[in-house]
Amino acid sequence: MNAIIISAIWGVIMMFGGVFFRKISMPKYWAVAGIIILLTANILEFVGISFFKIDTKGMLHFDNFGLQFNTITFFCTLLYFLLNGKEIEKVGENVSEYFALIFFILCGVSIASSFNTLLMLFLGIEIMSIPSYILTGADKRNLKSNEASLKYFLMGAFSTGLMLMGIALIYGGNSLGSFYINIIELGTGQMPVMIAAGLVLLVVALSFKVSAAPFHFWAADVYDGAPTVFTSFMATIVKIAGFIAFIRLFKVSFGIIQHQWQMLIALITATTLLIGNLTAVFQQSVKRMLAYSSIAHAGFMMFALFALNDTAKEGLILYALAYSVATIGMFAVLVKMNDYTIEGFNGLYKSQPVLACTATIFLLSLTGIPLTAGFAAKFYMLLAAVKDGHQIWLVILAVICAAISAIYYFRIIQAMYFKEASHDANNATDVTDGFKYLLIIVVVIIIIIGILPSLAIDWLYY
Amino acid sequence: MLGNYYTFSELLLWIPLLTGIIAFFIKNNKTVKIFALFSSLLTLAVSIISLFYSDVAHHPEYLNDTNVSYVWMPYIGSSFSVGLDGMGFILTFLTAFTYPLIFSSTRYREYSNANVYYGLLLLTQAGLMGVFVAMDALVFYFFWELALIPMYFLCSRWGGEFRIRVTFKFFVYTFVSSLLMLIGIIYVYLHTPAVTTFSDHSFYLKSFYNASLTASEQNGLFWLFFLAFAVKMPIFPFHSWQPDLYEQSPNSSVMVLSGLMVKMGIFGMIRWLLPIFPDGVVKYQSFAMILCIIGIIYASCIAYVQSDLKRIVAWSSIAHIGLMGAAIFAANNTSLQGVMLELLNHGINIIALWIVVDIIENKTGIRKISELGGLAIKSPALAIFFLIIVLANIALPLTNGFVSEFLMFTGLFEYNKWMAAFACLSVILSAVYMLNMMQKVFFGATNSITEKATAISTAQKFILSIIVLAIFFLGIYPQPVLHLSQDTVTMILQKLK
Repeated sequence: MNAIIISAIWGVIMMFGGVFFRKISMPKYWAVAGIIILLTANILEFVGISFFKIDTKGMLHFDNFGLQFNTITFFCTLLYFLLNGKEIEKVGENVSEYFALIFFILCGVSIASSFNTLLMLFLGIEIMSIPSYILTGADKRNLKSNEASLKYFLMGAFSTGLMLMGIALIYGGNSLGSFYINIIELGTGQMPVMIAAGLVLLVVALSFKVSAAPFHFWAADVYDGAPTVFTSFMATIVKIAGFIAFIRLFKVSFGIIQHQWQMLIALITATTLLIGNLTAVFQQSVKRMLAYSSIAHAGFMMFALFALNDTAKEGLILYALAYSVATIGMFAVLVKMNDYTIEGFNGLYKSQPVLACTATIFLLSLTGIPLTAGFAAKFYMLLAAVKDGHQIWLVILAVICAAISAIYYFRIIQAMYFKEASHDANNATDVTDGFKYLLIIVVVIIIIIGILPSLAIDWLYY
Repeated sequence: MLGNYYTFSELLLWIPLLTGIIAFFIKNNKTVKIFALFSSLLTLAVSIISLFYSDVAHHPEYLNDTNVSYVWMPYIGSSFSVGLDGMGFILTFLTAFTYPLIFSSTRYREYSNANVYYGLLLLTQAGLMGVFVAMDALVFYFFWELALIPMYFLCSRWGGEFRIRVTFKFFVYTFVSSLLMLIGIIYVYLHTPAVTTFSDHSFYLKSFYNASLTASEQNGLFWLFFLAFAVKMPIFPFHSWQPDLYEQSPNSSVMVLSGLMVKMGIFGMIRWLLPIFPDGVVKYQSFAMILCIIGIIYASCIAYVQSDLKRIVAWSSIAHIGLMGAAIFAANNTSLQGVMLELLNHGINIIALWIVVDIIENKTGIRKISELGGLAIKSPALAIFFLIIVLANIALPLTNGFVSEFLMFTGLFEYNKWMAAFACLSVILSAVYMLNMMQKVFFGATNSITEKATAISTAQKFILSIIVLAIFFLGIYPQPVLHLSQDTVTMILQKLK
């Protein structure tokens, strides 16, 4: 409850603060302060201190899983603000509105991680999505940004419609006529047609939100068109929040009939992995490549939904953390680059050794090399899937796709270390010492999580 | 503290790891070279002292498999367990023994960013040591992949013209196969008995040996593991990354690659494949052996027609590894003991070959055997050393190669006469290509390029004499090594019964 209310209030504060902040650098500090308060409040709720006593009629349910997920989200947002604060100021004039929108997204995330009725699910997802549409179009004078925003909005509205339809069907289909996800008793028998139709519609709508294939077509264009700093946020926080909603809904409501829809999820997972990875190989722009790689990682996170056991929950927490931290770091480096193509990275090691070394760790983590958080996350996902025992082919496909991902991640590493820059100009601009230290801290976090993943997971059983 | 057996495996791991990290921060090229040499000598010292404590009969209190075990991830049943058994002693000693040789023999070469170069080499050593001492499947997998990363950077940063493409091919081959092995590890893990109360299963080596797997599960898992090790060794159809990489890599990395990294695959086969999947091994051993023997003949024939020195050595390595693979799958006492001895011998011999190749390349600037000739006149000492090394590679009696290959052939013969007959062709063929190379490089008239070559220095003579001494010592008195490895072999054969 703490997180939902404080993030909403802070969003409003940031929005009106725009009128009062004299200096352009002020909103950044306020935002960092806000996220630290949010993080503290959420951790306090973990140990049982809740500031707000509101009777939600059981529509929201705060468990360790959701709270731990919130902690990860807020922590990643903190890193994101610290690394990208300056870049957000460069996007446009309404700096404090951007921060306000991000806080509203966090409010949506907190609802999506704790909903207990389908209505709250819908609210959470929508509160998350609408600010994202605006952030995509934040670069007002850039046609690509406008196009991306419109595309995102239209497709998003469509998927929202499907989701409502699914919710309506499930509401009408279950004998109790309830929106509460823990009351939808489905029994172990064959599910009625109405429920089945509702379930498929929900899968489609949520797959759209997490950009799982074949509902991923918006992702590459939107991520490419949006201002790079916001792409970083949408590809990480918004996406993993979609997953938390996904797994929460399916675990509680449909877990009992898992075998009836598992094949559908397996097919979506396989398609997502293949499309994401294979398309990413052919990209020349690093930004677009990261967009496809985020689709590929969505495929890996779908494993949590496929397996749906305790290990899968742990895996999702770990994957969300590992993927977000590494991607935020990689985008932070990318934002500083003058040229977003792979050639733009040529010889970065010579001109900016710290940037190159940290980017290497981010890329290795995304590839899933041991000692980095990415490996621990992939390991847990594979463990969950093998534990489930069905569809071992999917696991083999996943590791082959992980190997394909090495092709495009290593292309950047090769460019940074083994190729000469074509001209003398700097690869990267505006790199301060503080930024470098921050990157090193992010790397340390990745390695610590890689060695001791239990640091992130054990909170689930606290 | 050194006397305490419990810390040897840790010391062998931490010394190269820490010094490797420190080496990155030493800016002076000369200092970093001395530092790296010093570090490798320290590791060697620890390794030699550890050998005094390797005899179980005299030190029964050290007969404990959980030598070092820290809680790592208790809820999934993984602990940081490291320890040494007979095979572990042989391989850690080989790693510790060859590193000073590699550092000192390539000392005169100047690399840009020498601190990074030597730091990465030391990190590779740490990775190798980690693989050889791991007693936990997850720890093993960690180091298995970690050894690869510094090697990737070494070869792609300081290699030849096509280094980026070639090294990446190597990376992808090993990465795919290791990930498949990871699935295998997870699958076996889910069938292991519990060791602690925290978790239902365990990654501990002994639990893996006690995993309850049906015959059909073993058949599938056999291939997941086999592929990872076969790519690393490399066995015949998975070898295509190897000659290109050896040709393109800088010389000291290629010594590590061919002398030590290849042993990871053989080590994996013996420790993580044979005892865990006995039914799978029985079912597929003939097939695996046929692959290995095809590899022997194929690689030997190709080695004969190569014109580049490095490629000849690379292909000859595939042939020798093929023989070792065949002997592993023959899986009897004689053949496995032969493999244990050959682990050490092959490591020493192939690194010796690379050192000579490196000297020749440095003196003349070329590696094409058709353009070389008459080096024996210019540098008689080098010719004598090289002859001994070549003869050891051909496995002539009195040299180390003879003992181990003889044991392996005997073991193969016990398994199947025909396979032994074909595998024996390797001796004849290796004599053909090795002596051909020897003749073209060292004998004959000098030409305009070899005219300028000079005799080798005292330091080089010293390094080569150490190797030659080792060759003769192991050829005349291999008993200590066989004694060391007997327990490991007996244990594996018990599992296979």
